[in-house]
Amino acid sequence: MVPIARRRAHDHPLTVNGVTHQVDAEPEMPLLWVLRDVLKLSGTKFGCGQALCGACTVHLDGKPVRACVTPLSRAAASKVTTIEGLSADGSHPLQKAWVEMAVPQCGFCQAGQLMAAAALLASNPTPTDDDIDRSMAGNLCRCGTYTRIRAAIKKAAGTR
Amino acid sequence: MSVDIMRLSRRSMLELLGVSTGGLLLGVYPAVGIAAPGGKASAGLTPNVFLHLAADGTLTVTCHRSEMGRGIRSTLPALFADELGADLARVKLVQADGDAKYGDQNTDGSSSIRGQLENLRLTAATARTMLISAAATRWKVAPERCVAEGHRVINTVNKATLGFGELADAAGALRVPDAKKVKLRPLSELKRLGTDLPLLDGPAYVTGTAVYGADLSPPGTLIAVIARPPVVGGNVTSCDPSRAMAIRGVKRVVELRAPVPPYGFQTWGGVAVVAENTWAALRGRAALEVTWNDGKNGDYDSDAFRQTLSESVNAPGTAHRNLGDVDKALASAARVFDAEYHVPHLAHLSMEPPVALAHFVDGKCEVWACTQNPQDAREEVARVLAIDQKDVTVHVTLLGGGFGRKSKADFVGEAALLSKEMGAPVRVQWSREDDIRHDYYNAVSTQKLTAGLDAKGAVTAWRHRTAFTPIASTFAPVSRPLERDLQQGVTDLALGVPNVRAEACSAEAHIRVGWLRSVSNIFHAFGVGSFIDELAHLRGQDPRAAWLEIIGPARKLSLAELGVKALANYGASLEDHPVDAGRLRGVIERVTALSGWADRQKNGKVLGLAAHRSFLSYVGVVVSAVKRDDGRIAIDDAWVVADVGLVVNADRVRSQMEGALVFGLSHAFYGGATMKKGATVQSNFHDAKLARMRDVPRQIHVELVKSEAKPGGVGEPGVPPVAPAIANAIFALTGKRIRRLPMHLEVPV
Repeated sequence: MVPIARRRAHDHPLTVNGVTHQVDAEPEMPLLWVLRDVLKLSGTKFGCGQALCGACTVHLDGKPVRACVTPLSRAAASKVTTIEGLSADGSHPLQKAWVEMAVPQCGFCQAGQLMAAAALLASNPTPTDDDIDRSMAGNLCRCGTYTRIRAAIKKAAGTR
Repeated sequence: MSVDIMRLSRRSMLELLGVSTGGLLLGVYPAVGIAAPGGKASAGLTPNVFLHLAADGTLTVTCHRSEMGRGIRSTLPALFADELGADLARVKLVQADGDAKYGDQNTDGSSSIRGQLENLRLTAATARTMLISAAATRWKVAPERCVAEGHRVINTVNKATLGFGELADAAGALRVPDAKKVKLRPLSELKRLGTDLPLLDGPAYVTGTAVYGADLSPPGTLIAVIARPPVVGGNVTSCDPSRAMAIRGVKRVVELRAPVPPYGFQTWGGVAVVAENTWAALRGRAALEVTWNDGKNGDYDSDAFRQTLSESVNAPGTAHRNLGDVDKALASAARVFDAEYHVPHLAHLSMEPPVALAHFVDGKCEVWACTQNPQDAREEVARVLAIDQKDVTVHVTLLGGGFGRKSKADFVGEAALLSKEMGAPVRVQWSREDDIRHDYYNAVSTQKLTAGLDAKGAVTAWRHRTAFTPIASTFAPVSRPLERDLQQGVTDLALGVPNVRAEACSAEAHIRVGWLRSVSNIFHAFGVGSFIDELAHLRGQDPRAAWLEIIGPARKLSLAELGVKALANYGASLEDHPVDAGRLRGVIERVTALSGWADRQKNGKVLGLAAHRSFLSYVGVVVSAVKRDDGRIAIDDAWVVADVGLVVNADRVRSQMEGALVFGLSHAFYGGATMKKGATVQSNFHDAKLARMRDVPRQIHVELVKSEAKPGGVGEPGVPPVAPAIANAIFALTGKRIRRLPMHLEVPV
């Protein structure tokens, strides 16, 4: 085993939602735990720890990644956007569509769903059903809100 | 502990009416979640523990049920506001701590509305009566001349008005009227009843500000992750913590005591790694060198157990339903047909794994947890710490899904023990692997259904044997389903068959069994719903006609007609909630009309049908099965008709039915926890699969039956008919009959 425990942690500059923090943590620490435990940004959720459920989806330079398997060292080189930074006031078209169509049930996975959907619309403003299937495939919802997620993405995209 | 675990009979809340408390000292949180308790009881009106009207007109409503996705936090304020005549914009919602004064807070059994609607309305009506009384006194008019609406009382004689806030102190000084003297409004005056209510927590959900079980960190909070014995009842034989302790951030390694059977809500035991952050705790756990003794459950193999269950249903069991003479009818039948159905253990897999934060200081413990049952959590914390319940406060956060798992307090007990040990606030974080391996699984079950047919093909005999590991086994040495366990889809099933017998067959549990959204209805509806379809095809009959024939004509079945001595009926009387074959027929007739069942041959749709009564509601489901280009079978369309009686929040009822369709589809396609050497094989979402976007129909058509019948359950009843409807559609598409879940073992999905 690599003795990372004994490796000295360093301050890593990390830019989250436009604010740069100096983070004292191991470079291997997953971004998820940096966000939640160090920076106390609790909107990004822990669901599986293995990039299997998408609950922790955030953006690195606008691209969706799973924060649970993204080491701090990689995130530190990019601009991180979390659900808290998707908009200043919940006014992103997806957030508005989500509320209007009452998408969430328990709500736990929805930050990840929104971040995945926002990345999709940023690269593909009018996604087809197949595009939505592909782009949202990594985000689980146990409450089963998928049909409303699909409808809300289309609403925000103006294709519904 | 009693084996009456489901708590289906609800404590009457009527006796709680009129109990005036300083309740506002407790549990005052912002609408989006949890903050430190604060605020003072102000003057004003506090007619009961659920409501407080302040002199500034603010109406504080206490939500005593946990929110895990059914929208109860959106529904309750609107219900109170309508009954009271209040302005919803002036309602502030607070989440109740666990306290017996609220009556039953165990958020399960689909009971939040069905069990409590009238009493909840009565609490608001009591406040309205007192406000009107205060206004009438001031105006010196008869109370009958006053009405409450728009957050004020109106004098109908001279059109004078007094705001609720202006009346709060005067009303608060009055004696709380006897519940019998309080009148509910006619339903027509409840303007929001049956409408789509806005989602109160919607903005918080979409901005990441909603507070769940892991989202609070008082200063100095430590995080614990626990290495638990792989087999329930096992314990630690040796542990070398040195490598774990060498990891930066790890503070302590603490051994937890193994539970003593019956396991109940006891903590699972194991070795906790307590650290400054979750990452350090997880790494510390991975670095532990632990060896385990598996104990008496160490040879449990769920594959081998299937054979045991099959043997069990191939011998007579304990009869709990008897009508006519089944043996004679089977012996004289022109044809006897039987089939066995198997449903494995099912895991809950809520997106938020169990998590709880506890802070033990000076003999008192404060807890924040995503619990469905804060009263049991309080009891369990008091038990493990050996302190009085009055010294335990349990705050309820939002739940990232519950489905029955979070009714069990084991994870809360762990946090309490570790906080005491560490002298600091401790959050116990379960990983996904922990959640899957240490669940309270839904029972594993095998059923054998046997039908006798006469020369014309009519069903003259129906024998239903069911073997499944009873929930009671988690709390007492019980190895055979109890009579009440069969009341979920076996003894309460409307059958138009003259000779019926239902038998409970033995099944000894080697894991913790718990309740999962719709519980025994899951496997019973799968067995019955598949068997009716099989009988249809056997006789060359339209499955819809077989359903209507076997259910029999529209009627309300008495105990004698069911062939049972008693029926718990989910805690409701048969007068209020009969076993109504007409309503079951109704959802079948409507869902087949909606889905174009009659034209399915013409339009090329391959459809499957099933229906089920559970939690006092009736749900019919039709799904359409297709074969994709890659050979996979998919469900590409779905129709749900739900008769849940009176609907309060229509959008949340529909959303529960949509979600139930997906939940049932997950069981059908992928469900199943398997055990080897007593330990659960699956570990994360790669091998404990759930339905994803591509697995789910692009639309789910839901229709609610308009009804003023007393409300039935909503959260659970949508689940049971889904798996049999899918199996029946797949049979129609492929000719392959699936009698065992999950389906991916038999067909590509």
